[in-house]
Amino acid sequence: MCVVCGCSNPGATPSDPNVAVHPTTGDLHFGAGTARVSVPGMSQARAIKLETDVLGANNEVASQNRAHFASHDVTAYNLVSSPGSGKTTLLCATIEALKKRHPDMAVAVIEGDQQTSFDADRIRATGAPAIQVNTGKGCHLDAPMVAEAFSRLDLHAAHHPTHEEPHHAHAHEHEHEHEHEHEHEHEHEHEHEHEHEHEHEHEHEHSHDHFHAQGHDHVHPDEHGHSHDTDHVHSHDHPHAEPTILFIENVGNLVCPAMWDLGEAAKVAILSVTEGEDKPLKYPDMFAAAKLMILNKIDLLPHVSFDVARCKEFARRVNPGIEILELSATTGEGMGAWLDWLLADDHDRHATDALHARIAQLEAELAQAKAQITLQPAKA
Amino acid sequence: MHELSLAGGILRVLEQTRARDPFERVTHLRLEAGALSGVELHALRFALEAIAPGTCLEHATIDIDEPAATAWCLPCSQSVDIRSRLDPCPLCGGFQLQATSGTELRVMELQVI
Repeated sequence: MCVVCGCSNPGATPSDPNVAVHPTTGDLHFGAGTARVSVPGMSQARAIKLETDVLGANNEVASQNRAHFASHDVTAYNLVSSPGSGKTTLLCATIEALKKRHPDMAVAVIEGDQQTSFDADRIRATGAPAIQVNTGKGCHLDAPMVAEAFSRLDLHAAHHPTHEEPHHAHAHEHEHEHEHEHEHEHEHEHEHEHEHEHEHEHEHEHSHDHFHAQGHDHVHPDEHGHSHDTDHVHSHDHPHAEPTILFIENVGNLVCPAMWDLGEAAKVAILSVTEGEDKPLKYPDMFAAAKLMILNKIDLLPHVSFDVARCKEFARRVNPGIEILELSATTGEGMGAWLDWLLADDHDRHATDALHARIAQLEAELAQAKAQITLQPAKA
Repeated sequence: MHELSLAGGILRVLEQTRARDPFERVTHLRLEAGALSGVELHALRFALEAIAPGTCLEHATIDIDEPAATAWCLPCSQSVDIRSRLDPCPLCGGFQLQATSGTELRVMELQVI
């Protein structure tokens, strides 16, 4: 045995732990690791660094929705609340009020519930197109559900001819072609001893196939990218592309829907005065995610012990920038301000205003403090 | 119970990684759930155990880090660590906090064979 490296010692432990050594013959088996394949320079057990956002897939679809909404001049609001806060009643009242104020404005609704189409039926009774999404065991709507529902809304169909299907067919063809290619290669090897001409033919076919496959590859993402562009052109050219408000009524649940972006312009949290005023603290994620909190059923305030001021303070504690409206869908009180809010086009404006005000205030305090410091030595 | 959807999302990330970089199975999985990610860790573990059989995640050990979130305190004009949305600023005791990180649930690292 060589004393330097241990070569010609059949019992030596190999440097790669995944290599099995036959105890008597010294034969080496490189496929002994769990993966049953040897990759030079790579141990079979390995670490993969990812740092991937688990909600990334949802968020991607959400931004597609957002682009899609924008290209159709649709402003989407995601209405979230606990069950029984009066979301659907508020929606029906809102649709009626919008009809009166802006008869030309289109309103559509995506209704999320675990089961039944009761809510969508109530919305359809107002004349607005509605799609019910039943989540089954799910506790929230996600972006793909909204994408699917939006593609089935009437207002959407009017702007869009159906065009989605071929995409799938292509993918399949592509796969099949790959299989064929393999077969060709196989035959090729076996028939090696036959005439050259034949081989030539084979090669020709082969490269043709290849070109074809490549062509598909190119068409595939292109088609995808283009579909949005055509949407854009389409909706711009379309005379009926009037601004639309899309309400997405989420599943009644103050926990889960907070995490799922659907592509909305804003989440609106609805809290009725028949619930506890401490809900913003009990379910902080939802009130932190919302741009607007609606205190609903204020006509019942004389009958319940709900401290409006405390509730507002709690909401601002978890979300200093939250806007708050009080209204009653039953009496119509406060509906005007709600419609104004819905029709305002830039919902970041208010939050930015609040920040600017705060910055101005801080600058003033700073100037005051500086003035005091410069005054002090004069006193001494 | 959105943790079951999240567990499904985690599994999808693993399967996508496997399609790109083939391996047989995951032996160890490290996740990071920010303090404001809204993820109940016990429920997430339960959900992962429930969906693991028959997938590349079967028999994997799982670590979940829960780093503190950061928020910008307007009165203090600086970034502070918070554990929940109900926490006041540790410096001034105020609530004018705007969360800036800690809302994500991420798949950080896999050990695979």
